Amino acid sequence: MILRTGKFLHCLKRAGKMKIKIYDNTGQRKAGTVVYKKQENIFAYKMILPAVIVIFGVLLYPIIYSLIMSFSKLDLAERTMNFIGTKNYAKIFTDSEFQQSILQTIRFTIITVFFEMVLGVACALVLNQKFRGCGFLRGVMILPWALPNVVNAVMWKWIYNSSYGALNALLKQLGLINAYKVWLGTPESAFHCVAFCNIWKETPYVVLLVLAGLSNINHDLYEAARVDGSSSWHSFWKITLPLLRPVTSVLIITKTIWAIQTFDLVYVLTGGGPANATEFISVYIHKVAFKFTQFGYGSALSYVLMLVTFFLCLAYIRNLAKQGELG
Amino acid sequence: MMKPKTKKKLNRAALYLCAALILLFILLPYFWMIITSISNKGDLTQNPMRWFPEHPTFANYMNIFQGKTNMTSSAAAEFLEGMRNSAIVAVSTTLITLLIGTPASYAFARLKFRGRKQSLLMILLTQMVPTIALIIPLYIIMLKLNLMNHVLSLIFVYLSLVLPFVIWIMEGYFAGIPSELEDAAKIDGCSRWGAFIHVILPIASSGLAVTIIFAFIISWNEFFYALNFTTTMASKTLPVVITEFSNKHGQDYILTCTGGVLASLPPVLLALCTQKLIISGLTSGAVKG
Repeated sequence: MILRTGKFLHCLKRAGKMKIKIYDNTGQRKAGTVVYKKQENIFAYKMILPAVIVIFGVLLYPIIYSLIMSFSKLDLAERTMNFIGTKNYAKIFTDSEFQQSILQTIRFTIITVFFEMVLGVACALVLNQKFRGCGFLRGVMILPWALPNVVNAVMWKWIYNSSYGALNALLKQLGLINAYKVWLGTPESAFHCVAFCNIWKETPYVVLLVLAGLSNINHDLYEAARVDGSSSWHSFWKITLPLLRPVTSVLIITKTIWAIQTFDLVYVLTGGGPANATEFISVYIHKVAFKFTQFGYGSALSYVLMLVTFFLCLAYIRNLAKQGELG
Repeated sequence: MMKPKTKKKLNRAALYLCAALILLFILLPYFWMIITSISNKGDLTQNPMRWFPEHPTFANYMNIFQGKTNMTSSAAAEFLEGMRNSAIVAVSTTLITLLIGTPASYAFARLKFRGRKQSLLMILLTQMVPTIALIIPLYIIMLKLNLMNHVLSLIFVYLSLVLPFVIWIMEGYFAGIPSELEDAAKIDGCSRWGAFIHVILPIASSGLAVTIIFAFIISWNEFFYALNFTTTMASKTLPVVITEFSNKHGQDYILTCTGGVLASLPPVLLALCTQKLIISGLTSGAVKG
């Protein structure tokens, strides 16, 4: 869900701007801080209450429930939940399949985020030029973003098809391969195919955000650099990239957070195979919980994932602080 | 040494080449799915590949809607049910989001109340929690509440996905409206609610539109929760049905592609028609500030 990137980035940016109220020694608010009116308080609570109930009902309660589950052994048929201490967490260290899925997820995340950023910035630079049809091309960028994940996956599954797929046919007609290949059949090739689908779907989002960032850069800077004899290649590294940093660093971290959680694509394309090459963390946890019905262990694993995400968020907030975004 | 004019022309040509490559890269896969959906088996199984069907046909679309042949009748029934469920879920989520998200975002933007910043921060932090971590406890909770295989469970969960996002976007729109307008309305005898409904909402209409678009697309496209919460025909949404098309039904790729095109039409058309609004929504957090 790329949508969530926007959501997420919104939240941290704004969160960073919140200032902590300052009290002086006497416990009185310093001048300029807000004085709350009771009536306004009540009116406001009425307005936010329904939203708060829904959001926290679907989040806070399950998270706490999940924490309890991660220390228990559940039996759905018997409807029992027995406390077993940290056994589930201890099991993680001996679970080689989970360790492999972590490695594959890290690899997948690095590869996809790298290509999404490089391709995204490159495409944005092209689209930032003025040429006939540039408006149309920008419009087209929204297509992969709006496409449901599942449709994206079945579309590529059909393109990768080993007997009638368009990729095989195209490469053969171009003379690049001699015989049709089973693209999703070997671990390495399946891994790259999944990564490619992901890059295809996520890159246009980077393009759109980088384009917006580019439009904020003052043209006079390039003009001045040109007068000083800077080549356009040099200007790109010295002007464009540094000024894009607020956008790109936000994109890198949020893209990373969502790449780690990749599920839909893998579920349809490979189901995690072959030889667990595409069994990323979310896919593995899903298998543990819903196929093997080990809900306790699944909860423990998902807490590990939450921890990882949490550290990424910290990195993100630090990043903002460095840029002076945090007040 | 190249003449400046030739160099400029070359640059121009390179630019158009890049643009064309980007266009093909984006459009070709999607077009291939559309072409598949108007082909018949004979066209697609030829070697070397025929890239456009000899006789384009809409029979696949008729099949999916009417289920004329025996083989496709069950698929067609499932597809229609899925479409109905998806529509119910997406539309209800959107409406409820508007109903409870708008007042909340207005309160966050305008009213000074105790706990405002803290609750706003909390709402936003909820977005970082991985869905896989939520789905295990939610699954058990839905089982206990007897909401499994019911569209209500999906609507409830989707609300929690959409609301924080919408509250942020809308909060920005409301904060941008000068508060003098409300003061004027209040002087003219409007109540707080009256000022909100008659004065503020009409001005924030583009914010409302963004809300509707995002809420609809998120809930129409969502797959992960739907996969785990719905297993019956009466509750499965379109993404789940499409996945089953590609696994069951003898891996009928023509049927899958036809379904895929139909399932992608609402969000894709909506996005293409309102892209300026969407981009403003997406970028307001990334670029501003």
